[in-house]
Amino acid sequence: MLIIGERLTIISKRVREAILKRDKLPIQQIAIEQWKAGAHMIEANIGPAEDDGEALMEWMVTTIQEAVPLPVSLDTTNPKAMEAGLRIHNNEWGKPLINSTSLDPERFIMFELAAKYAAPIIALTVGKGGLPRDAEERVEIAVQLMEKATEYGIELEDIFLDPLVLQISTSQHQAKEVLRAVKLFQELNDPPMKTIVGLSNLSNGCPRQVRPILNRYFLALLMYEGLSAAIVNPSEVIEVVKTVNVITGKTLYAHSYLEI
Amino acid sequence: MSFSIPKETYSGKLPEITFGSVKKAFFGGESALPFHFFEGAFPHKPLIAFEIQDDVPEDYPEELARVYSSVWEDPVRWAKFCESLGAEAIALRLMSTHPDSKNSKPEQAAQAVKKLISEIDLPMIILGSNHTEKDAEVLPVVADTARGYNCIVGKAQEGNYKTIAASAMAGGHSLIAMSELDVNLAKQLNILITQIGFPREKIIIDPMCSALGYGFEYTYSVMERIRIAGLLQGDSMLCVPMVADVGFYVWKTKETQATEEEIPEWGSLHERAIMWEAVTACSFLLSGAELLIMRHPEAVKTTKKFIEELYGTYRNRNI
Repeated sequence: MLIIGERLTIISKRVREAILKRDKLPIQQIAIEQWKAGAHMIEANIGPAEDDGEALMEWMVTTIQEAVPLPVSLDTTNPKAMEAGLRIHNNEWGKPLINSTSLDPERFIMFELAAKYAAPIIALTVGKGGLPRDAEERVEIAVQLMEKATEYGIELEDIFLDPLVLQISTSQHQAKEVLRAVKLFQELNDPPMKTIVGLSNLSNGCPRQVRPILNRYFLALLMYEGLSAAIVNPSEVIEVVKTVNVITGKTLYAHSYLEI
Repeated sequence: MSFSIPKETYSGKLPEITFGSVKKAFFGGESALPFHFFEGAFPHKPLIAFEIQDDVPEDYPEELARVYSSVWEDPVRWAKFCESLGAEAIALRLMSTHPDSKNSKPEQAAQAVKKLISEIDLPMIILGSNHTEKDAEVLPVVADTARGYNCIVGKAQEGNYKTIAASAMAGGHSLIAMSELDVNLAKQLNILITQIGFPREKIIIDPMCSALGYGFEYTYSVMERIRIAGLLQGDSMLCVPMVADVGFYVWKTKETQATEEEIPEWGSLHERAIMWEAVTACSFLLSGAELLIMRHPEAVKTTKKFIEELYGTYRNRNI
């Protein structure tokens, strides 16, 4: 299970302030915390970044990679900022991840970038008609995304299908559809398609104390269905990841398995 | 149509163990399952150490007594005799320290070790008597005496690993970690040992072997699973070399002791006993052991020949 640390997002007040002041320290502290907590990759979410997005993404990627030996998942809707991040990314510790594209033609440019930089890409199963209703609709969109990606010369192994986790407080039935989608996605190809979720969207809008609980249990169920990657707060889920890996036989059990 | 051998890709590579101060010995370092020469690198051949004891052995059967009784009263003479037989390493077992034996003191054991390392150039493995509490008293003193001689010390078990690992580390030695025939317990012990700061690269797993016909298959499968976890599943805690303490277990069996009068259909005791040790040893090489501790020189010779022949093929084929 690939764990992508979600905490460096422009939505967070602390991160936003650090970005405005171009203050490296808080960014690097958060990156290091996530690395120590078990993240294999760090997400840099700078949002739409309409003004000066290129410089901002460059600054984020170098700031993170100065502090931790990990690849970065680049999250922005601004293609210029995306390309700037791909260009400056230090591939010594792995390739950057493009987050994300969808069936919205405006975002096809992300496919182009994935092909140009041979980088893996997250393909969000959102169609032109808005949010998907159920697992089957997600699969239909996934197939179209896979076709599109192939047109751009992207290997299916480089695609992470994202079934789009929705808020449980407003669309409870969707959680089950996401679980089914993760399972169905894998059947679309051999070797199975990779799958990813932005986990904490599940508990958006829920009381603070129940959020980590919802996230953890949902992740355990997703892992059982075969999820390959998650954008999460690593310290919140590391126990779940290690434990499920032991129960499903991916890691060999030892009494101290949580400590390594 | 040409045939190409299907190959496995491995994520792990075993650390290499080097021990000894004047003369040195090596084992480990491979990056594929035993003798899968077509899949990985094998920088060293498996190593065989000759076992000696710090006192006249109480349980050596007739076949061994015939070889060693003229030298076994003195560990130094015994070791030199093994050297003359072609030994590349010596494993000294401090049996006299066992409470059921002479219960000799740590200082006495240390004396024996001191004498041996000052007179013998061969790399040394120093083993306790496999009594958990007593080994925790004896091995730290012995490890300290052998400080700077780059030995292998053992065996650390769940009940005594703290003191033994700490003293092996302080003395600059490698360490044998023994757990009871279980892949999960082997992993757990290695985690515990590394958590107190002992380097993983200097641990040798003893999965606790047994002799052919006496639970051998069980050990074999445990060793295989350790190898697969370490090399194929990337489990770093199990990606270390393994030892099979062959002689210790083989020479307790009925096959190495029953006389020809007792069981005539088993044939010559001499040939049978030696073969029992050799075949057990060779089988453990196939399951993943890189270090063997053996007793009978003829059994060692046969096992060595087995290794040489397999490795000879490896080199000549240039694959």
